[in-house]
Amino acid sequence: MLKISKLTVTVDGKTILNGLDLEVGPGEVHAIMGPNGSGKSTLANVIAGREGYPVTGGSVSFLGQDLLSLAPEKRAREGVFLAFQYPVEIPGVANVYLLKEAVNATRQHRGEEKLDAMDFLKLVREKLKLLQMKEEFLYRSVNEGFSGGEKKRNEIFQMAMLEPRLAVLDETDSGLDIDALKIVADGVNAQRSPDRSVILVTHYQRLLDYIVPDRVHVLAGGRIVRSGDKRLALELEAQGYGWVESDPSTVSAA
Amino acid sequence: MSEGAANVAAYVAAQREQAPALPAFGTPSLDASRAQALESLSQLGLPSQRDEDWKYTSTRAITRAAFTPAVAGAPCPREFVSQTTIDGLDAWRLVFADGFWQPELSLLDDLPNGVQISGLGQSLGSEPQRIAALLGSALGQTPHGFIAMNSAFIGDGALIEIAPGTRVDKPIELLFISGCSGEGFLSLPRNLVVMGAGSQAAVIERHVSLADERLLSNSVSELILADNASLNYQSVQQVAPRGFHVGGMFARLGRSARLQATTVTMSGALVRNDALVNLDDEGGFASLDGLYLAFGRSHVDNHTHITHNAPHCVSREHYKGVLGDRGHAVFHGRIVVQPGAQKTDSVQNNQNLLLSADAEVDTKPQLEIYADDVKCAHGATVGQLDETAVFYLMSRGIDRQAARRMLTQAFAADVLNRIELPALRSYLEAQAAQRLSPEQIRESES
Repeated sequence: MLKISKLTVTVDGKTILNGLDLEVGPGEVHAIMGPNGSGKSTLANVIAGREGYPVTGGSVSFLGQDLLSLAPEKRAREGVFLAFQYPVEIPGVANVYLLKEAVNATRQHRGEEKLDAMDFLKLVREKLKLLQMKEEFLYRSVNEGFSGGEKKRNEIFQMAMLEPRLAVLDETDSGLDIDALKIVADGVNAQRSPDRSVILVTHYQRLLDYIVPDRVHVLAGGRIVRSGDKRLALELEAQGYGWVESDPSTVSAA
Repeated sequence: MSEGAANVAAYVAAQREQAPALPAFGTPSLDASRAQALESLSQLGLPSQRDEDWKYTSTRAITRAAFTPAVAGAPCPREFVSQTTIDGLDAWRLVFADGFWQPELSLLDDLPNGVQISGLGQSLGSEPQRIAALLGSALGQTPHGFIAMNSAFIGDGALIEIAPGTRVDKPIELLFISGCSGEGFLSLPRNLVVMGAGSQAAVIERHVSLADERLLSNSVSELILADNASLNYQSVQQVAPRGFHVGGMFARLGRSARLQATTVTMSGALVRNDALVNLDDEGGFASLDGLYLAFGRSHVDNHTHITHNAPHCVSREHYKGVLGDRGHAVFHGRIVVQPGAQKTDSVQNNQNLLLSADAEVDTKPQLEIYADDVKCAHGATVGQLDETAVFYLMSRGIDRQAARRMLTQAFAADVLNRIELPALRSYLEAQAAQRLSPEQIRESES
C-alpha cells in the first residue's frame, strides 16, 4: 500500500525527517508514536502533500505510484486521507457542500458517475449514523463553532464519506474526552477493512486501547527508532520517551 | 473660472437648453431649486481627488470628455428587458430607458390601495407643487457636484408613495437601463420613496447597461420614512465594463423607522455609491450591507455616512469586497453621533478579500462622536484567502481553483445571505458565482 524509503525533509535548513523508512501493507493499522518535535506531524503532512515541507531525499510510493509527484487533490482522489490535527474552520461553506464536491471529485477521477442528490443523501445518512451525528450538522459551516470533539468526529465522518485506501490520522485523539474518543475510535474501527490501511499518529498510548494497531513505531530524531507490536506502546506508556531517546540500541536500530 | 467649473461647463449649458422642456417647468419652487442646483454645480464642479471624499477615486475617466444628457424618447428593446429580469421575482416593475420611464415595459397592474407607483415626470406634471415640495427633503446639503447635477436636471425617475399603515406584499423593482440613446449619453434619474407612518415595503433598484459602451448614469434616490415605517432597499449595479455609475441614496428616518439597505456592485469601470442616512428621531434602525466585486480594472467606491441625530438609534454596516486583477475598491464609512444622541449603538465592519497582488483597497472608517453615552465599534480587514483552508479542501480531493472559488463565494455569500427576498438572493448568488468564475479568481503570477 505505502512504502516510504529514506525520506528526508528539511525546513529552513533544519532536518525534520532524516531518512525515514516505513512500509504499511493493505489492511494494516500502524501507530506512529514519538515525543513532541520528533517529526510525526511532518510525516502526516508530507503524505498529504501540504506545502512548506520540502522533501530533500527519499521516496514515497503509494499503490505503486510516486506519491510525491502528485498534487494534494490528486492524492486524495487516489485514496489518501489526512485527518487534521487542527481541522480548519471554513465559514460559509456548508459541510454537505464540501462533502458533495469532494465525493464527486473522487468519483469523477475514478471514471464513475457523480452521485445524484438522492443517492448522495442516502450515503450521507448512513455515514452520519456511524459517527452518531445529527443531520442538521450537514448544513452547518465546516467546523465553524464546533467543539474540539465535534471537529475530530467530523474528520472521521469525512473519511467515512471518502472511503480512502490510506487514512492518516494526525493526533485525532488529542483534546478528546473518553466519550468522544470512543465514538471516534468506533468510527475508525468500523472502517477497518482488508483494503484500507490506517496510520495513527499519536503522542499517547490511550488511543491504542481503542484502535488496536498491528504495528507500533517510535519516531525520534526524524526516523523510526523502534518498531514492534502493540506491546511497544505499553512499554512507552510505562517508561516515557526519554527511554527511547537515551537507549543506545535505538541508534543502531535506525 | 475654477477648474471645477470648467469640467461642468457642457452640463451647465445643456441644462439651460433643456430646462424649459423639463417636467413642471414654470413651477416656481421647482424652477428655483433646479436653478440653485445648477449654481451649486457651477461652483462645485465635478469632484476630483483633491476633495477629501474623493481622495481615492479619480473621476478623470468621467471628466475627460463630457457626456450628453439623454432626453426622453430613446427606445429600449423589449427583449433586453426580458433577458434582464430576475427569475421567479414577482414584483411590480418600473423600467427606465436612460432615466426615462417606459410605461409600456412596466408592470403596475392591480396596485393595491395605498400604493402609488409611477414615473416621477408624470407625477410632476399632474401635481407639481406637492411633488416639488417633497424633492430634496431627504438630501440635506449637497455633498458633491454629481448630486447637484442630478438635482439641476430633475425630470424623471420613480415615485413610490406608500400610505400610512400599508404593507406592500410584493417588492417593487426599478430597472434602469443605460445606453438606449447610444454611446456617450448620460442618464439622470431621480427617485423618491415616501413611506407613510407604519408602512412597509421592499424596493429593488437595479442599474444595468444595454451595451458595453462609454456611458454614465448619475442617479439619486431619496427615501423618506415616517414613524415606524419599514423599508427594505436593495440597490444593484450591473454596469458594463466601460460604463460609469454614480449613485446616491439619501434616507431620512422618523421615530422607530427601519431601513435595511443592501448595495451590491457586480461590475463597472467606475461605480461610486453614496449612502447617506439620517436617523432623525428616537428608536430608528438603519442597516447598510454591501458587497462589491472589482475585477479587471474596475473601481468601486462605497461612501457611507450615517448621522445619529437622536438618542436610542441603532446603525449597522457590513460591507464586503472581493477584488481581483487590477481591481480597486474604496470604503469610506463615516458615522456621526450628534450631541444629545445618547445610547447610540453603532457597528461598522468592512472586510476585503484580495485575490491578486495588483488589486488595491482603501478602507477608511471615520467616527465623529459628540455624545458621551454611546456604543460605537468599527473594524476593517484586508486579506487574502486562507491557505490553510485551501489546503484543507484540496486534501479532500477538490482542486486548487475550485477550492479558491468555494472560499471566495462563501466570503461573498455572507452578505447575500442577508437579503430577504429569495428570488433576488438566488439571482445575485448566481451572478456573483459567474463573476467569481475560475478565470476571475485565477492567481496572479507572483
